[in-house]
Amino acid sequence: MYTFKQHSILPGFNLALGFTLLYLSLIVLIPLSAAFIRTAELTWPEFWSTVTTPRVLASYRLTFGASFAAACVNAVFGLLVAWVLVRYHFPGKKLVDALVDLPFALPTAVAGIALTALYAGNGWIGQFLEPLGVKVAFTPLGIFVALTFIGLPFVVRTVQPVLEDIETELEEAAATLGANRWQTFTRIIFPAIFPALMTGFALAFARAIGEYGSVIFIAGNMPMVSEITPLLIVTKLEQYDYAGATALSVVMLVISFILLLIINLLQWWSRRRNSAT
Amino acid sequence: MTIKKIWLITSLLAASFFISSSVLAEKTLLNVSYDPTRELYQEFNAAFAKYWQEKNNEKITVRQSHGGSGKQARSVIDGLEADVVTLALANDINAIAEKAKLLPEDWQKRLALNSTPYTSTIIFLVRKGNPKGIKDWDDLARAGVSVITPNPKTSGGAQWNYLAAWEYGKQRFGEDKVQEFVGNIYKNVPVLDSGARGSTTTFVERGVGDVFISWENEAFLALKEYGADKFEIVIPSLSILAEPPVTIVDKVVDKKGTRQVAEAYLQYLYSEEGQEIVAKHFYRPTHTKVAEKYAGKFPQIELFKIDDAFGGWKNAHKIHFADGGTFDQIYLK
Repeated sequence: MYTFKQHSILPGFNLALGFTLLYLSLIVLIPLSAAFIRTAELTWPEFWSTVTTPRVLASYRLTFGASFAAACVNAVFGLLVAWVLVRYHFPGKKLVDALVDLPFALPTAVAGIALTALYAGNGWIGQFLEPLGVKVAFTPLGIFVALTFIGLPFVVRTVQPVLEDIETELEEAAATLGANRWQTFTRIIFPAIFPALMTGFALAFARAIGEYGSVIFIAGNMPMVSEITPLLIVTKLEQYDYAGATALSVVMLVISFILLLIINLLQWWSRRRNSAT
Repeated sequence: MTIKKIWLITSLLAASFFISSSVLAEKTLLNVSYDPTRELYQEFNAAFAKYWQEKNNEKITVRQSHGGSGKQARSVIDGLEADVVTLALANDINAIAEKAKLLPEDWQKRLALNSTPYTSTIIFLVRKGNPKGIKDWDDLARAGVSVITPNPKTSGGAQWNYLAAWEYGKQRFGEDKVQEFVGNIYKNVPVLDSGARGSTTTFVERGVGDVFISWENEAFLALKEYGADKFEIVIPSLSILAEPPVTIVDKVVDKKGTRQVAEAYLQYLYSEEGQEIVAKHFYRPTHTKVAEKYAGKFPQIELFKIDDAFGGWKNAHKIHFADGGTFDQIYLK
């Protein structure tokens, strides 16, 4: 089974492990534990009433719901983009490939302002949608649009390399054995990229849950309707309620952690099933 | 590039950074202010630097920081080294005194006029021709009118808006109806931005809303920047006398050795030259001579004081803006 120390061609295992632990502690664990310690200023009943007020509950629903929906859409369309980028050759492909990374690089506030300007009632896109009765800016729909925008590269960039590695011979073999296109896709290609797709989905989802900058500009920020949890945290901070703000962030952390754990389990399960067949 | 070279460049960069910051540290002031005062302090800082240079033959650079008043106060509490704070309301400076003990609790008594060198008030900005016929606060509660105002939880200006609406409702409809009245106004609000400048953008650039409850100076500025052919100012029958106070941050100026210049900076706000700049940027001057000179520029409104109507900021905050206060109750039935 597992041995603590495995011999490998690279020396310095102890040093590397020590460094990894130190690095993770400094960058991730210590700031996170600070949040937990700050929350400890509250008693249990106080903590519970802070994190379960109707306004906060509404914001959880919105944050996790919109993030989930955006990640789902990105999983479908991100897969499509990755597929096109890997399997087809067309002029300007390098340019399109580079475009995918833009949401990574763009400051989120810029993205939010740009999207708001586009989708507001007098914006380029908004002016056509408004007469149809579709309001995007300043509604939960706007939040979904912003989260889709920032999540796209995660799916594309995780699926792309896996798709590149799939040998086309496998598909050819499937075809010679009489599989139609749909069967080839569902039986051969999809199982191979599914773990990567799940990773991309999880990353996009996690990123969307924590997203603040791009959302606040387009959300409208109405209590009970279009207020995301990160905004409530900031609002609490601005009222000098540090303990309340950290209580909310602890809840978000725990929920996110559980969700990511579930997704990881799902991935592990699909890998195992895949290799068993 | 060799490793040695990289080291050399990095250490040079680091050295120059430390040198420049230590040189600058002796001659800069940081003024932490609220959202709409950007233009005012840009001009005022330049004027003060000139005045200080002539008087003491010493160069001084005043840097400025702007944002929602509450957020700015929190930055100072968290360690932003402000020499002076010029915030939207006394309560945010109270918070600095209480939470971080950076200045004495009776700070507001230190300068003339409750430490308020200029005042302002809350008025309405509507679209050209006033298509919805908005004349007073009660029009904002009408169905079908869309109202833009920032979130009072995060914006100082929005708290003045809220309290002005509340007092109007109290006088017009009585104590029992006032909460419903203010609630009806906020039901007409489609977007709650976190600061006054954000709301100006929403109303002016995005074209959202029929009426924008605004600082008087912000409304005049929007009119000046975007042209009087797009917007109109509507003066309500009653509004609040907004007193944005100023003070030095004792712990910071003592540490940096800038007390003298910081005090002179605030005094200069009260001087005739300072008040001229204040009036130019549509804040109401308190200097009698300047106030008389610009009297025609500012509309006549019946103004009430927060101390008289609400028993001071602490009280108003507790009843209206604290968690579970009247503002929260609007959204939770």
